Amino acid sequence: MPNRERRLGLLLLGLVLLVVAAALSLSIGSHHVPLGRVWRLLLDPDSSYDATVLREMRLPRTVAGIAVGAALGLAGALMQSLTRNPLADPGILGINAGASLFVVAVVAIVGVSGIWFYLWFAFLGAAVAAVGVYLLAGTSGQIATPARLALAGIAVSAALAAITQTVILADQEAFNEFRFWVAGSLEGRGWPVLEAVAPFLVVGVVVALAVGPALNALSLGDDAGRALGVRLVRTRALAMLAVTLLCGAATAAVGPIGFVGLAVPMLARALVGHDQRWVALMCLVLGPVWVLLADVLARVVVGSQETQVGIVAALLGAPVFIAVVRRRKVPAL
Amino acid sequence: MTTHVLIRVGERSVRFRRRVAWVLLALAAAAVVLAGIGLMLGDYGISPGQVLAALTGGGDDRLAAYFVREVRLPRVVTALVVGAALGVAGSLFQNVTGNPLGSPDIIGFTTGAATGALVQIIVLGSDTGSVAIGAVLGGLGTALVVHLLTRPHGLTGQRLVLVGIGVGATLTAVDKLLVVRASLVTAQTAAQWLAGSLNAVLWPRATVVLVAVALLIGAAFALARPLQLLTLGDDTARAVGVPAQWVRTLAVLVAVGLVSVATAATGPIAFVALAAPQVSRRLAGTPTSGVAGPALTGAVLVLGSDLLAQRLLAPTELAVGVVTGALGGVYLIGLLALEWRRR
Repeated sequence: MPNRERRLGLLLLGLVLLVVAAALSLSIGSHHVPLGRVWRLLLDPDSSYDATVLREMRLPRTVAGIAVGAALGLAGALMQSLTRNPLADPGILGINAGASLFVVAVVAIVGVSGIWFYLWFAFLGAAVAAVGVYLLAGTSGQIATPARLALAGIAVSAALAAITQTVILADQEAFNEFRFWVAGSLEGRGWPVLEAVAPFLVVGVVVALAVGPALNALSLGDDAGRALGVRLVRTRALAMLAVTLLCGAATAAVGPIGFVGLAVPMLARALVGHDQRWVALMCLVLGPVWVLLADVLARVVVGSQETQVGIVAALLGAPVFIAVVRRRKVPAL
Repeated sequence: MTTHVLIRVGERSVRFRRRVAWVLLALAAAAVVLAGIGLMLGDYGISPGQVLAALTGGGDDRLAAYFVREVRLPRVVTALVVGAALGVAGSLFQNVTGNPLGSPDIIGFTTGAATGALVQIIVLGSDTGSVAIGAVLGGLGTALVVHLLTRPHGLTGQRLVLVGIGVGATLTAVDKLLVVRASLVTAQTAAQWLAGSLNAVLWPRATVVLVAVALLIGAAFALARPLQLLTLGDDTARAVGVPAQWVRTLAVLVAVGLVSVATAATGPIAFVALAAPQVSRRLAGTPTSGVAGPALTGAVLVLGSDLLAQRLLAPTELAVGVVTGALGGVYLIGLLALEWRRR
């Protein structure tokens, strides 16, 4: 078990990485702004083209990357702890499937419109799916146990995904919108989108951090947790609420970005051990690093056309993830 | 049927054996009934009598005989065989990994087959014949990569699942990239294939699939007992003479073979590999799923779904994968709700 100093050191290292990633994200892109100039313009904006690019495009995009990365990482940590299954990612709760279905349905019924319009429907879909999964897992007033949550989640996701597929196979327009939305992108998400999801993210983070100690106690098993004074139903419901808020808001803002919610908590656990409070903090730092680096790469790898950040996040992260799970004995939950 | 000889320890276990037998019998009966319906239904309706006549070689309606023998029978056979293959593959993976999420859909093998096919469709722009080859190569290639990545440490369930998820995530990203970069028409062809379909399956393909799957399921039956012993732990298994590593590697090989063949034949049919073992386990009331249960459950699920996909919105045909997802998902939801209410 890593000691306190080591954990603090790792956390600081993560923060340094985050600053570097954010600086790169502000500087690099189709219009390059040198790092020194970024710094000066942040402190003292003028009316130059560089300043406009920075203010209107790079800054909201970087903030969005940080917010989404933190939300997905934290949601994943909660989900894995809640289901006691290292394979659980927030998608298992049906959030991606629900959001996807609602977005596709909106395009099919109302027609193509902007991300601003999809946002609320994606969020609504995510919430409906998550509530459905929770109700199913907690059938007849019993407590939703970890295994139940996982199984209920995949059952609901499969049913929802099937309906989504039916729609996109029948409706060409919906398919075309969907294939870009589902790849996940930070492009063109300005301040309004961020402002819309910010309250949900803040509440989600607060709730997530607050249930950390209770989840720690539950990792010893339900009975031991209860003996330590944890209220099972309340803890699970709060954790689910936090996951839905965090992941729903992130997905609504930028589309489903897979794998971050799975791999970041696993890395965090490999680094700082099992204490849910430390894992949560570490995820809050590593999630944004992951997403920002992926986004920077997405801008530069293929010059003419940007690659979607969701795709790069997986392509960049998977080898790292595989290297980690090969080398270490991956902590089971 | 078992008598009450074993009662002492096993009044429970006797009853439970009887239940397994009944469940298998009921599933087999359901498969036969569905197959009969599959041979009768279609844009050219054929009566049960004519179907029997056509199957036994008689009958004076040559058109009916042609439809039954040359068009509908290969489709029904392929549906049953592919369903059985997916069910058994899912069961093998879930037994090896000891995790209900450890199905080939989630740990990357189905994705690998799909990536192989997508490269064929989008990059090489080829027709359906070579798509199957791409799928088999993709599935086997994925298995090889996973094998090389897990090799130096030995194959344990946990490591297989984790490495598989990492490889699967990479491949999913590649799939998305291919679909996003492709033209809309090509992307739609790919989406069509990705949904899975039994349209236009004729005897040549059905025969190949039937033979391959029969061999692999035979191997799965041989592995069933040693796998059961592995659930007691590697050490116990070794103590009674079961080489744990070998059994696991063989089981994974057989499962990958089944998934690749099934995907090559019809495209990735969603959710069957994941759901069939879970459903059959719950129907039979046993703690683990064997081979026969998941095979029959998968067969019934795919054939039933294909019938619905053909007739639900006829003359428009849905993709069978869409129906298996919806049907299997809803059925699993119902089953879980029922089971959890009873406790």
